[in-house]
Amino acid sequence: MNLTLKIWRQSGAADKGRIHTYEVSGISEDMSFLEMLDVLNEQLNELGEEPIAFDSDCREGICGMCSLMINGEAHGPEVTTTCQLHMRSFKDGDTITIEPWRSGAFPVLKDLCVDRSALDRIIQSGGYISANTGSAPEANSVPVPRDNAVRAFNVATCISCGACVAACPNGSASLFLGAKITHLAELPQGQPERWSRVVDMTAQHDHEGFGGCTNIGECAAACPKEIPLDVISQLNKDLRTAMRHGH
Amino acid sequence: MTDMPDTTLTSDRSHDEPSPGQYDDAAGYYTPGAPIADTKAPDGPIADRWQTRKFEARLVNPANRRKLSIIIVGTGLAGGAAAATLGEAGYNVKSFCYQDSPRRAHSIAAQGGINAAKNYKEDGDSVHRLFYDTVKGGDYRSRESNVYRLAEVSTNIIDQCVAQGVPFAREYGGLLDNRSFGGVQVSRTFYARGQTGQQLLIGAYQAMERQVKAGTVTEYTRHEMLEVIVADGRARGIIARNMVTGEIETHLADVVVLASGGYGNVFYLSTNAMGSNVTAAWRAHRKGAYMANPCYTQIHPTCIPVSGEHQSKLTLMSESLRNDGRIWVPKKAEDCTKDPRDIPEEDRDYYLERIYPSFGNLVPRDIASRQAKNVCDEGRGVGPMVGDFRRGVYLDFADAIERLGEDAVREKYDNLFDMYERITGENPYEVPMRIYPAVHYVMGGLWVDYDLQSSITGLFVTGEANFSDHGANRLGASALMQGLADGYFVLPHTIRDYLAEGPFEPLDESHPAVAEAKASVQERIDKLMSINGSRSVDSFHRELGHIMWEYCGMERNAEGLRKAIDMIRELKREFWTDLKVLGTADSLNQSLEKAGRVADFLELGELMCIDALNRRESCGGHFRAESQTEDGEALRHDDEFAYVAAWEWAGEDQPPVLHKEDLVYTAIEMKQRSYK
Repeated sequence: MNLTLKIWRQSGAADKGRIHTYEVSGISEDMSFLEMLDVLNEQLNELGEEPIAFDSDCREGICGMCSLMINGEAHGPEVTTTCQLHMRSFKDGDTITIEPWRSGAFPVLKDLCVDRSALDRIIQSGGYISANTGSAPEANSVPVPRDNAVRAFNVATCISCGACVAACPNGSASLFLGAKITHLAELPQGQPERWSRVVDMTAQHDHEGFGGCTNIGECAAACPKEIPLDVISQLNKDLRTAMRHGH
Repeated sequence: MTDMPDTTLTSDRSHDEPSPGQYDDAAGYYTPGAPIADTKAPDGPIADRWQTRKFEARLVNPANRRKLSIIIVGTGLAGGAAAATLGEAGYNVKSFCYQDSPRRAHSIAAQGGINAAKNYKEDGDSVHRLFYDTVKGGDYRSRESNVYRLAEVSTNIIDQCVAQGVPFAREYGGLLDNRSFGGVQVSRTFYARGQTGQQLLIGAYQAMERQVKAGTVTEYTRHEMLEVIVADGRARGIIARNMVTGEIETHLADVVVLASGGYGNVFYLSTNAMGSNVTAAWRAHRKGAYMANPCYTQIHPTCIPVSGEHQSKLTLMSESLRNDGRIWVPKKAEDCTKDPRDIPEEDRDYYLERIYPSFGNLVPRDIASRQAKNVCDEGRGVGPMVGDFRRGVYLDFADAIERLGEDAVREKYDNLFDMYERITGENPYEVPMRIYPAVHYVMGGLWVDYDLQSSITGLFVTGEANFSDHGANRLGASALMQGLADGYFVLPHTIRDYLAEGPFEPLDESHPAVAEAKASVQERIDKLMSINGSRSVDSFHRELGHIMWEYCGMERNAEGLRKAIDMIRELKREFWTDLKVLGTADSLNQSLEKAGRVADFLELGELMCIDALNRRESCGGHFRAESQTEDGEALRHDDEFAYVAAWEWAGEDQPPVLHKEDLVYTAIEMKQRSYK
């Protein structure tokens, strides 16, 4: 198939950036979206134009490194990561607009690559259970009810890709934050630090410049791992409880 | 996932076979060196060795730890767990990764599970049994002391991960669930649905981020290590490139740890991440770290086949599919383009069931992979033409659907079928799946002693980057176990024995060793940027991958390996004269990053072929056509090859030096194994 690509080019953080238009031909529907970009980059290299920088690593939908706003949707039209999106989701002759993640808290580094280290700093502020190596009790000494274990797992599937932030009109990372709060709050091991965790992580979230949640729900719709919106309810509930108790 | 016992025969040489030592296939390609041995494992009963070593390893006073600095390259299970643990202990840790966050390292992609000898099922498992299975599965080519320790600490890993909040699968009573994985007869595999790797890595990552907050760990993301600094005989730091600014940075420390993963991407197509590379390990190799058994590669039989030349990576599907799927190809090559549903039963060749009537589709990984290659080489492969032939075989669920019903099949394999459909666009409930083998793990790696210290003093190597635990073949659910064992429980003890000698004399950036390392990195980058040739780095990488796959893949022979060495040398010459890298060195430049990695893959590829050429036996993932039984099964030669091949870099265009470490088994008997 033949496609017209409108792609954000930006040489570095200081550059203003602009959309460039490229034509690609001979794209097979069996290619992944990123392989289509690989083909374009080979063509650009041939022509002496610097290839487009974009992030990807595992290319199997689990590392969370890939991103891209595709026609205004985070990770494109399917519920999956960009690396697992295939060209059969598009038609011959389509025009596709490709931009980096949209969020003030994710500054563009170059072209389609952004800096998501704010998410790491949110985890640093409390997204863990303090258990030094060697100090752990026997694994089966604390049973975890299966329902709690299942919910903990379901929300722990978050891959920190940032699609929720990119999709949110407020640029909020509440789905990401809520997923971690819920994961650890569902487990008995997560209880001792539960209240300080939610207060500290929320403060860091706000400090990083992420916006507040106004229950629009774009985040959950964009999430490639289908993290449910109710983790934000859990986040708010835990935060309320913590504040009431003076944390 | 499949244990591979019973696949290999040791040689009982018949009269028409040559006598031991008659062949030296790699003569002329290497220089014989002095034997080496591990000197760190204590003597005595195997079950006591680790306790003894831990006791004998010197201690570092807590007050002195913050004065000791540790560089760790890589943030997967081995590197992330080590950074967290050493940070908790109070050392001053600097952690490096090429990804934008430590949580993205490729350990994250592991699906199946992690083994531990907890014996929660009371089904006869024990530390000794896990040890035994791992040595046997590795085809008696691993070091027994290391493997025993791995089995011993496996139980601590599960305790640690649960305490961190890793959401393992549980039973209704709230206790941990286990499953039996890959042909082993006990249920010792802990899992978190199909993403055990991600959950374990998040546990290690969170523990590490906690230490970042505490100030003991400093993380350097989007940084790539390009050189190790060896000063006055000790590894004292690294040269790294800031991948955003292009700045060449010097980082100094008292000790350096490489936890930089495996080099499967030398094959271009593999199940590794796009960025997985050998550069950290290879730069260390060039500075004196021996590379051990580089040819040992694991090729996994159930991956989604290549669909065309554009393919950038391969995706693995759980081997459990072979429990219900039947593997076949058409009997006649002319049927290969037909709709498989139109090919009648009598025209299908269920080749595994035909050749191995007792094991059928459940033959071990290496057998399944090699036979798939054979039928495709015969021109009976299916799916799209890739290069000059079709690379795929059918994995057919029609019988299973008829026998169990579609719902039951859906219940078992739904997520895998969905993944398959997303990638191929074909519905496997209606059309047979197509599968083909793919590279996904390397057992070879930098040589280390029992302390995980390489042949460079002060350079430690953990996880897939080292060679020590899996011999010639790794069992399923053992990679995660090794990464976390090394990172949480082994390295923190052995490294303190080394650090007890420190802090070492402070190094200055003007020290000749530092200046030399930095200058060589700069020179290399300048060279890559200035070739101004005509070919992209990907085109070289793809060509190298073709050579490796063709001649150093599932089946190797002396003639092919010699040819491959010539082809790689020629390709390397072309690379350094006709490479085209656009952009600048002082900005984010993904072509430049890849160019440096491919340059190292070219050198590694040659060494892998030399190692494979030297090892004229078949063992584990290494199948030499010259060493098989009359029935075409792998034939090991313990009398000649029961050693670790540790290769020393001898300089540019010089044949590498081969040091042999004899493998001595005191706690286990090297078994005569029969596949019949």
